[in-house]
Amino acid sequence: MNRSRRLKLRIFRIVVLVLMGAFFLMPIGAMLEFSTRGNSLASPRTLAAWSQIAQTPGLVKGIVISLQLAVITSLGMLVLLLPTMVWVRLRLPQISRIVEFICLLPLTVPAIALVVGLKPLYIWININVTPSVLALAFAYLILVLPYTYRSLDAGLAAIDLKTLSEAARSLGAGWGTVMWRIVIPNMPSAILNASLLSVALVLGEYTVANLLNFQNLQVEIAYVGLVNAGTSIAVAVGALLLAFILLMVLTLVGGRLQQHNYIPGQRA
Amino acid sequence: MAAATARNHAGVEVRMEALSRRYGPVVALNELNLTMAPGELVALLGPSGCGKTTALRLVAGLEEANSGRVVFGGKDVTDLPASKRDVGMVFQAYSLFPHMTAIQNVAFGLTLRRKTPEERRRRAGEMLELVGLSGFADRYASQLSGGQQQRVALARALAIEPTVLLLDEPLSALDAKVRSRLRDEIRRVQLEIGITTLFVTHDQEEALAIADRVGVMQSGHLEQLGPPTEIYSRPATPFVAEFVGLTNRLAGVVKGGEVEVRGTRLPLVKADTSDGPAIALVRPETVSLVVDGDTVPGPLVGTVIATAFLGATSRVTVDMGDATVLAQMPTSDAGALTAGTRVRLVLRKDPVLIARDEKASTDA
Repeated sequence: MNRSRRLKLRIFRIVVLVLMGAFFLMPIGAMLEFSTRGNSLASPRTLAAWSQIAQTPGLVKGIVISLQLAVITSLGMLVLLLPTMVWVRLRLPQISRIVEFICLLPLTVPAIALVVGLKPLYIWININVTPSVLALAFAYLILVLPYTYRSLDAGLAAIDLKTLSEAARSLGAGWGTVMWRIVIPNMPSAILNASLLSVALVLGEYTVANLLNFQNLQVEIAYVGLVNAGTSIAVAVGALLLAFILLMVLTLVGGRLQQHNYIPGQRA
Repeated sequence: MAAATARNHAGVEVRMEALSRRYGPVVALNELNLTMAPGELVALLGPSGCGKTTALRLVAGLEEANSGRVVFGGKDVTDLPASKRDVGMVFQAYSLFPHMTAIQNVAFGLTLRRKTPEERRRRAGEMLELVGLSGFADRYASQLSGGQQQRVALARALAIEPTVLLLDEPLSALDAKVRSRLRDEIRRVQLEIGITTLFVTHDQEEALAIADRVGVMQSGHLEQLGPPTEIYSRPATPFVAEFVGLTNRLAGVVKGGEVEVRGTRLPLVKADTSDGPAIALVRPETVSLVVDGDTVPGPLVGTVIATAFLGATSRVTVDMGDATVLAQMPTSDAGALTAGTRVRLVLRKDPVLIARDEKASTDA
């Protein structure tokens, strides 16, 4: 590639970065501006709306619940989906298309339709298992399936799963060891991406929780918004920033882990 | 170096008894019977789809047999999973765990066997030394060449002191030079340790060079099992004769325990072959070419159409009018045999095998 072409490519990248940055940051900036606005346009900036977050019990509870749901959903998704996908790839490749179809299906089902289907189940769960809001994790597991499936599928496709697992088994590893010591360490980025998507989706989920009469973070934000718009926007900005920080942390950690797997240009 | 590090492994007898594997209607392996002596290296050779890899995977426990038994040293392991069979395996594809260094790869099986860290380090170090890669212990797979990766894989397979060593075309992804060097190295290590080894390959040169015995497979069964020299010089079936090495297919007539090919009577590998028209399978190295002026048209006179330089030997293609014949000879003797030279063929009276089909030409 010659110098002028490289320069053009660089400029193009910077322009795209600036445009995309503006696209994402402007609404957040506007929200931040609104959440620090005083009672009138002439009033000085204030953090009153932000300080009220801690004094709004429903909000704090909603934050804690959503974080718990995010953790449960992410772990549940990994525990259920990853071994299933590995098993299908190794032992039942003929049903891989069916599994893919099932995993992508929630994308095509509107949340309201999902809730109508899930409502009787949740009534039963409420009576016979637990009335806890954490039961929402079941519904969220379905919601995150399409996104996490794609991410894990890409990760599995990037490694020679069959050979690596057979090599480990011939050395004496059981299936648990194969998963824990061979598969998972070789697809850190895919697992982190899938987890991040789950966390982001759970932290931002409103429809299912509201229609099933559970109070998570987004439902609480909506309630607070009815009486105190500033605080509700402050929490929304906080949730967005939290998701952003998580994304950065996971990307950095993922990048570091991935470095072990491929160091280009260093063949002996 | 290696002698000090290797352990004298008393190999065990490995038996495959009427081993069968079907995939739907396809019979991949059909009642395979094969007994490997302790410390023996047997190579399974055959074209793609002949069942050789299936046989190896059944021994490894990576596939389940439909019927038959696998026995290691008198112990039936047919129903044991791969993780409990105590086999060491080197795969065709590079199989080092990418997130581990070479020494961590070699030590992996030892960790699973709950060896102490000190013991793991010592044994993994010994194994890397055995394959000549002591200086590469801390490299990741991506930092090793293909040949080095396969050597580490061999060290990893041997580190656990397996009952049987299984090699599934471990050299096929390597270039010719590395391949030949690593082949010799595998044999050296195998002899040094004395481990019973099953080596699967589609490369006849590799099989003949490395094995104590070679099993030639076709359509899920063993066509012939024997020492490399026997497989080459006394093939049991036309398939073996044609798959292992090059063969001229020359029309002839079987009569009285001999076959007459273009006026020359040749002995038969199987003396009980019935009389009648037949195709004699004649090795190129048993065909000599004479340029002495006696080229009066006749059944054994032809014209050189090509000479291929193979290093120490050369292969000459002769047009006989109704057939093409290959002759292989020392390069020093082939110098004068340029295209267009009229030559007389002399067939050495080695026993030949008979194929009963219609095609009479040269199978190169």
